[in-house]
Amino acid sequence: MPYALKRTGFYALVVFIVLFSVFPFYYAILTSLKSGTALFRVNYLPVDFDLANYEGVLTNGVFPTNILNSVIVAVVVVAISLFLAVTAAYALSRINFAGRGLLLLTILAVSMFPQIAVLAGLFEMVRWAGLYNTLFSLIFAYMIFTLPFTVWVLTTFMRDLPVEIEEAAIVDGASPFTIVMRVFLPLMWPALVTTGLLAFIAAWNEFLFALTFVSNNSTRTVPVAIALLSGASEQEIPWGTIMAASVIVTVPLIVLVLIFQRKIISGLTAGGVKG
Amino acid sequence: MANVQAGVPPTEKALEAERAGARPRSDLSRQRLRSAWLFLAPMLLVLALVAGWPLLKTIWFSLTNASLSNLEGADFVGLRNYWEYVDYGDGEGEYFGLLFDPQWWNAVWNTVYYSVISVAIETVLGLVFALVLNAEFKGRAFVRAAVLIPWAIPTIVSAKMWAWMMNDQFGILNDMLMAIGIISSPIAWTADPDTAMWAVIIVDVWKTTPFMALLILAGLQMVPGDVYEAAKIDGIHPVKVFFKVTLPLIRPAILVAVIFRALDALRVFDLIYVLTPNNTQTKSMSVFAQENLFQFDKFAYGSAASTLLFLVIAFITLFYIKVARLDLGGRGS
Repeated sequence: MPYALKRTGFYALVVFIVLFSVFPFYYAILTSLKSGTALFRVNYLPVDFDLANYEGVLTNGVFPTNILNSVIVAVVVVAISLFLAVTAAYALSRINFAGRGLLLLTILAVSMFPQIAVLAGLFEMVRWAGLYNTLFSLIFAYMIFTLPFTVWVLTTFMRDLPVEIEEAAIVDGASPFTIVMRVFLPLMWPALVTTGLLAFIAAWNEFLFALTFVSNNSTRTVPVAIALLSGASEQEIPWGTIMAASVIVTVPLIVLVLIFQRKIISGLTAGGVKG
Repeated sequence: MANVQAGVPPTEKALEAERAGARPRSDLSRQRLRSAWLFLAPMLLVLALVAGWPLLKTIWFSLTNASLSNLEGADFVGLRNYWEYVDYGDGEGEYFGLLFDPQWWNAVWNTVYYSVISVAIETVLGLVFALVLNAEFKGRAFVRAAVLIPWAIPTIVSAKMWAWMMNDQFGILNDMLMAIGIISSPIAWTADPDTAMWAVIIVDVWKTTPFMALLILAGLQMVPGDVYEAAKIDGIHPVKVFFKVTLPLIRPAILVAVIFRALDALRVFDLIYVLTPNNTQTKSMSVFAQENLFQFDKFAYGSAASTLLFLVIAFITLFYIKVARLDLGGRGS
């Protein structure tokens, strides 16, 4: 095959990959900027610029409250799981004790749990504790997928830090808690940012628990709110509004992911293929 | 040697002893051991409350006659939700329960079909993406960023975006395919029983191929460059190099990625629930369980379905842990 042809083929593949990845979201933005009958004309290039859908979704109804709910849940989930995970990861990576391997295995197994397997039991618990229809139910339930993951990634990260860094602190008689907070925490920012961000995304996107434990419109989080957005009648799906809401909740995520893309890739591979 | 011994600080020795897995002797290692369990306790307690106990409760509910309005007063009924023979007398009778429910088996079939096909396509496509991203070319950083976008988009948003693109009357997908001439009339992608499952697979492939590509790319980057150099000097055809050298070397990375994705695919819920609601052609095991639990008021029956799905996934997880031979011991290996 001539070199030029090979090169063209390669770049065609690159263009295909970019279009494949970007086009659907581009089209969602395009749709969100249309209203009225313009919605029902297929355009490939931006021709309309109408912010009515954004105005509608941000001023009518409870969508702003839904966004706030999602922010609260995701931030609290990240804070709690990082705090629990840092101390646990220290014990799992720096202190040798019997049963450590088994414990790590258990944590890995929990991260594979299908959410549906705990749904019935969690539902009973949430109702019993009076947390049904509150954000606390979600903050609690989301620990099932954020905690094993953060513990696992932080443990692999801490394990690779040299032993010398804590020696001085031990000689000075620092307690293990002080060692974690004063010695390890400052070194761990890269890992904390990555795992925190991944946990944030997971909590922000979660649907099954949010659908089951909350039935009140103003307590819902954004994924459920978007899934249930409906028009005046069954046939009238408000596509413009749905796309505007979708763009609003997705743009911050995409910005975060693009800023931290290198860290995210290393975090994903650490959680996925540590063999 | 004596002064070397003396020069080693006590902490070093304690740490060494710990590393070697020796019994704790000094006060220091005893203190560290105590704090280890103190540090682990809150995390373990939360995991037990959020995973262990609810799982046991779900299994318990699957052995009772619980209903949504009567959870606490449920009675034990044995395996009746899974398997029950009702004798009508005169040698006539009928089997009931999950294992004899054609709707359950339909959900099992849908889930397996969806998982196998989407994971297969994602692996091949992910490999292609990874090979492209591993090559040196102008704008690689930009392409790598672009590939992350589908992964960052919430599943619900992806489902809605694609539902709109696949709209039978106003969807851009039909418009495109008709412009190219692949189809002659619009297709109702998500509603038509023949295409509903493919609609789900298309969206899943779009959303998760990047993840697959990144995992495989991590494997590709571990392959030492001199392997390719050697092959080039020997004048071996690149295609042969790929199949004989690259593929065997990245096989472990691919295998782990495939199992990860398969576990994810088997518990699929969001995408199917939102993209093709109430469609028997796409109903997955998770959707079947959720419907029985909360919509049909068959809480015990739904719990039984959840339990079976859990067993399937537990089995595959054990297989994965064995295959991946995870390094759990510590610094070793």
